[in-house]
Amino acid sequence: MIRIDSLIFHYPYGEFRLEIPEFTVAHGEKVAVIGPSGSGKTTLLNLIAGIMTPFRGIVRVQKRQVSELGDRERRNFRITTVGFVFQDFELLDYLDVLDNILHPYRITGALKLDKSVKRRAALLAEEMGIGDKLKRMADDLSHGEKQRAAICRALLPQPELILADEATGNLDPDNKNRIMDLLFRSIEAHEATLLAVTHDHELLNRFDRVIDFQDFGC
Amino acid sequence: MLDSFFIAWKYIGYNKAKTATLVACITLISFLPVALQLLLNESERQLMSRAVSTPLVVGAKGSALDLVMNTIYFGDQVPELITMAASARVGDTELALPIPLYVRFRARGNPVVGTTLDYFHFRGLKIQKGRQLALLGDCVLGATVAEALDLNPGGSLVSSPETLFDLAGVYPLKMKVVGVLEKSHTSDDLAVFVDIKTTWVIQGLGHGHKDVTRLKDPTLVLKRSKSNVAATAKLYHFTEITQSNMNDFHFHGNLEGYPITAVIALPYDEKSGTILRGRYLSEKETEQIIRPADVIEGLLQNIFRIKNVLDAVISVVVLATVMAIILVFALSIRLRQREIKTIFKLGCSRLTIVRLVAAEILTIVMASGVLCAGMVFLVNLFANDLVRMLFIR
Repeated sequence: MIRIDSLIFHYPYGEFRLEIPEFTVAHGEKVAVIGPSGSGKTTLLNLIAGIMTPFRGIVRVQKRQVSELGDRERRNFRITTVGFVFQDFELLDYLDVLDNILHPYRITGALKLDKSVKRRAALLAEEMGIGDKLKRMADDLSHGEKQRAAICRALLPQPELILADEATGNLDPDNKNRIMDLLFRSIEAHEATLLAVTHDHELLNRFDRVIDFQDFGC
Repeated sequence: MLDSFFIAWKYIGYNKAKTATLVACITLISFLPVALQLLLNESERQLMSRAVSTPLVVGAKGSALDLVMNTIYFGDQVPELITMAASARVGDTELALPIPLYVRFRARGNPVVGTTLDYFHFRGLKIQKGRQLALLGDCVLGATVAEALDLNPGGSLVSSPETLFDLAGVYPLKMKVVGVLEKSHTSDDLAVFVDIKTTWVIQGLGHGHKDVTRLKDPTLVLKRSKSNVAATAKLYHFTEITQSNMNDFHFHGNLEGYPITAVIALPYDEKSGTILRGRYLSEKETEQIIRPADVIEGLLQNIFRIKNVLDAVISVVVLATVMAIILVFALSIRLRQREIKTIFKLGCSRLTIVRLVAAEILTIVMASGVLCAGMVFLVNLFANDLVRMLFIR
């Protein structure tokens, strides 16, 4: 699913430098990435998603060489292939839950919003246990409910790859386990691949594989 | 693009206070200059059309503007009074037809215009309901007055005392409404027309009471001689002119000495008008003759000079407001950086973000445009009355 070879990334200014000689994730695999803060875990997700481009090396997702795609193609790749789950949920306060879930469809022409998508959004919300809160404003939800809505938003376009950046970082232990259960169940149901950055070592045994950034010498 | 408007609509709906402030600012800065121009155009039209159609006005020396505003638009400011002799003087020249006017009193806020039937012919005023003035105490209402006061022929209207504490002066007179004029969209719509003698009755110069020569109550008679009977203050004066007491109304002294505010002079031809104007050029003359169009033109020139200053002030205010609005949008974009970053991460382009902000601005501007158009429509609808209220009264 993901293959990285001889990747070197650094910002034009500053001392940060990320070097990954080889990195692979198989289709359907659930992989956790751990490592100290500032080691480049989020940068890795951004490179895989095509938000950033490497200085040198190859980033390949499925059969597409992301690092070689043009700006527009990378955006289309991102919105159709990648689902993002953020630590701070990043829901829009001024939209209700349903409109937040449908948001990716409204900001790009690459996804077509029709009745079947709306039906699927409602079903997904039902699966996540927020089916009765679709008309509530995002601001009125608890942290756990917000993250469920954010997961629905990430899964709705049926992406092959889910990138989760500290998805449970803002949740209490109860919610953390519940959200991870829902995320794993949904990913398995949608046959997607998960690459999750986490600091929470309690969650590591749920993943198929754990990659420690310290192994890359970061 | 529709989705951009959907998101923009949700955003501005969520931030109601900010949106309302922006809409109010844009509406006001677009409405003010348009409304001002509209009112000025209407005032120019109203003032000039009526002034041009009134060839000459004779009145006491003093403020020409007060004289014109009172004579033509029945304004509040009463000019120095002249007498009916001034009207006779114009008539005696055989150069113009005189129409005396006495515009001093009010009835429920509307000017009472004392004049003769010639005035109605001159202005082309037609009776819509009822009949023309015929008897003392009759009144004919302008269309707007009749509508506002819900009065019809057969009703009555009481004149207002000039001052509340004027116990010895003008007593209210109950006037009989005998007719309502067709709408003319001029100051005539807002007036109560009476015969000039009725205004003298309102003033107390003409009055009605029981025949004092037949009074038997000694407390009503102060002094009685062969030729004269002086009544006491106890003698009741009629406050309404009816069929039964009409013959008891009378005027003391010579009517030529009775007051009026102005005489409209309608010259029989241009030459007569010029000659008539020449008759009032003497320095010893106590009356003046003016062409209302000249006076109004001078007034409009002053108004336009003030308008130019206002335009400059409004331009500065518009500039300041536009800059403030740009600042609000710039700050709003800065506040939404996180949201912009997120949707960028989700896969949208910078162009989408520009489209979202443009949709938001366009929605706010369109809402302001609609509001502004509505307000301009209302101003246009009531321009006639507004102009009277702002520039004429």
